Amino acid sequence: MTTNPSVITPAVGQKEGQRIPIGEWLIENLIRLAGLSTIVIVVLIFLFLVREGGPAFLDIPLRQLFGSRWYPIEGIFGLLPLLVGSLIVTVGAVTIAVPLGLICAIYLGEIAPTWQREILKPLIEMLAGIPSIVLGFLGWVVLAPLIQNAGAATGLTAFTGAIILAYMSLPTIISISEDALYAVPKEYRDGALAIGATQWQTIWRVVLPAARSGIVIAVMLGIGRAIGETMAVMMVTGNAANIPTLSSGLIFEPVRTMTATIAAEMGEVAQGSLHYNTLFGIGIVLFVITFAINSLAGRIVGTRGARRTGGKL
Amino acid sequence: MNRQQTNRFAVAVITSVAILVVVPIVLVILFVLYNGIGVINWEFISTAPRNGMREGGIWPALLGTIFLTFGTAIISFPLAIGAAIYLSEYAADNRMTRMVRLAIVNLAGIPSIVYGLFGLGAFVLFMQFGTSILAGSLTLGILTLPVVISTAEEAISSVPQQFRTVSLSLGATRWQTIRHQVLPHALPGILTGVILGLGRAAGETAPILFTVAAFYLPDLPQSIFDQTMALPYHLYVISTQVPGMPLDIQYGTALVLLLIVLSLTLVATFVRTSMRRRREW
Amino acid sequence: MQAKISIQNLNYTYEDGIEALRDISLEIPANEIFVLFGPARSGKSTLLRLLNRLSDLDEGTARQGTILFNGQDVFDRTVNVSVLRRRISMVFAVPTPLPGSIYDNLTYGLKMAGIRERSELDRRVEQSLKQSALWDEVKDRLGASAFALSGGQKQRLCIARSLALEPDVVVLDNPTSGLDPISTATVEESLFDLKERYTIIMVPHSVQQAARVADQAAFLLDGELVEVGEAGKMFVQPKDQRTEDYITGRFG
Repeated sequence: MTTNPSVITPAVGQKEGQRIPIGEWLIENLIRLAGLSTIVIVVLIFLFLVREGGPAFLDIPLRQLFGSRWYPIEGIFGLLPLLVGSLIVTVGAVTIAVPLGLICAIYLGEIAPTWQREILKPLIEMLAGIPSIVLGFLGWVVLAPLIQNAGAATGLTAFTGAIILAYMSLPTIISISEDALYAVPKEYRDGALAIGATQWQTIWRVVLPAARSGIVIAVMLGIGRAIGETMAVMMVTGNAANIPTLSSGLIFEPVRTMTATIAAEMGEVAQGSLHYNTLFGIGIVLFVITFAINSLAGRIVGTRGARRTGGKL
Repeated sequence: MNRQQTNRFAVAVITSVAILVVVPIVLVILFVLYNGIGVINWEFISTAPRNGMREGGIWPALLGTIFLTFGTAIISFPLAIGAAIYLSEYAADNRMTRMVRLAIVNLAGIPSIVYGLFGLGAFVLFMQFGTSILAGSLTLGILTLPVVISTAEEAISSVPQQFRTVSLSLGATRWQTIRHQVLPHALPGILTGVILGLGRAAGETAPILFTVAAFYLPDLPQSIFDQTMALPYHLYVISTQVPGMPLDIQYGTALVLLLIVLSLTLVATFVRTSMRRRREW
Repeated sequence: MQAKISIQNLNYTYEDGIEALRDISLEIPANEIFVLFGPARSGKSTLLRLLNRLSDLDEGTARQGTILFNGQDVFDRTVNVSVLRRRISMVFAVPTPLPGSIYDNLTYGLKMAGIRERSELDRRVEQSLKQSALWDEVKDRLGASAFALSGGQKQRLCIARSLALEPDVVVLDNPTSGLDPISTATVEESLFDLKERYTIIMVPHSVQQAARVADQAAFLLDGELVEVGEAGKMFVQPKDQRTEDYITGRFG
């Protein structure tokens, strides 16, 4: 038993009056810094986008900026074709991916036996891991020719992009929908089955409505994922900055997305030129769109869900 | 149809759709494997491309991807672990913490091309690193932060609270507790996150387009200020920019990239499950 | 003789406004078994946590009054909390071994305090295991996992873990709650030996246990100190009607 009863005696390695050793104080503040750096990084990203892209919004008259001709060679920077291009491909992808993804989630969560789940879930995680360039490559080499053979003028169309994108958004939609279904309390299902409902009736009338808000989130995040994709769409959508019309076959036309535009043209612009600024300006638009989607959804899902979707909510 | 028939029909449809979705995943992998495996040999992996990339191997691109992956790890690992420890051990339930979480959620959603723009504006131009392994690693490192932070935070939070309480009541300081009773047990989970993040970074093309990637370099990079070739970009280039490019080399490149990324994912999953099994509590 | 621990007008309120402790004043003498008893949610555990400042982990609480340990204010800004917690060491209700061997558990606190010499560690391990009546059962397998022990052994390990720090005061919050009667008896037995070297503060599992082991006792009800005094007298003839009602089981 120690003879000195003073509790003010410092521990090994620290000075009188100091509550924790210097080394610890340093580490703890580095950790705090790391945490706060995330906020700093987001702000920095936005700031740099604005720094390089701001001139586009200032120097180009808004009427032209939102006009329907994207013709950088002649100095015409109308964003509409690009916006429409992204829109068509995204809507197409989501139209395919949401029903498929939701059904898959239902299968995984409500119907599949455990052993199947153990195989299917890793497979879906693997899909999430396939690099977009590989899927784009396959779309370019396999899917596009297929579509061309089926009768389209060219295989590089919005439709092709939509298919590839749909597959890329599937893991996000599946896992978030699955989480939403999982969160529905067991009592709901038990109650329905107890009064004689079949499995399908239980799913359709009880579980799905209860999971509605989570599924909406899944769709939102799937949209965010699709809008932001670059390489895969760049390779298969044909890269023509036109606005498809009904007469020209709508989604079976080549289009240009915002993301593909940046990727394809940045290599050729002079730094500081208006074209350069405009490309950054497109980046600002993308940032704002995904920021809005993710803030809204993230407020409800929380970072808990982020791990399952590989960090991309 | 009566209820039972509806039920059976619905379940059958659901099951078929699920299979329909999952089968192509397997097919894709097998397809690339089948078409690419013929080209893979030691020479392919270890030599440089020749004849405008139509012959030879992928070594410089492979090496570049390895360098970038290392660089990503160096940049993102400390930051992400720090942020994860901050969130689970130090952050109080206040506005600042909510903002940090919001920031992470948003980082996760930013398109990879926008990261590329940021990398261009901030590292290549503003910091004047030029297109370099440094700029590319910084860009990719920031890109992988969200996934590593989320996984690491979950791993750290899942360490039972009792360990912390007991440790503190035995006179350990907060950091001692974290270092000796929290981090060691969270390490496998953290590692999983890091490996997953690296897998993602290795496969990314858009962020490296303007920050590091080069079409063709006669020499290998000598320092972090040099440009480098990289596998994802190499695949893009040879499949779209090189006329007369032999198809099997394209598939072979895709296969190598796919294998690297998938094996990283596999290792991460393996670490995660083996950790769960070895737990004492 | 100066009290080992002197609690003076202690008030403690939680974030939601609930008053956990109201104006508690207590003198805890050295080298005795002091028992703090009362129905659930009367503030006993809260009070114990304040003694070694585990309460520092609570957010948004308000405290008035103070606690003196050997005459010094434990909440003073210059106090080193780690040292305090080694002097006033706590054992929890649920046995909580740390992952690792029996030896690792016992030496963890010591290593964190900077004690690394093998001979000193070994000495404290043996001494503390003997004091908590666990030495004979585990002396040949100190390297075995602490999780392989039985419930009663785990708890005695936790007691030994606290003793290895050579504290002044050992605080036990319902230490026999999950244990079988034999283990309970073993723990109670060891307390009588321990009080010669340490001051013991305990929240008992039942009034009967309190009556068996206590030298001094305090009855806490709804955060208020109802009665305190010599255990022998209190359990036979309590001064306050509420104490008597609780002891005789009219409410629980």
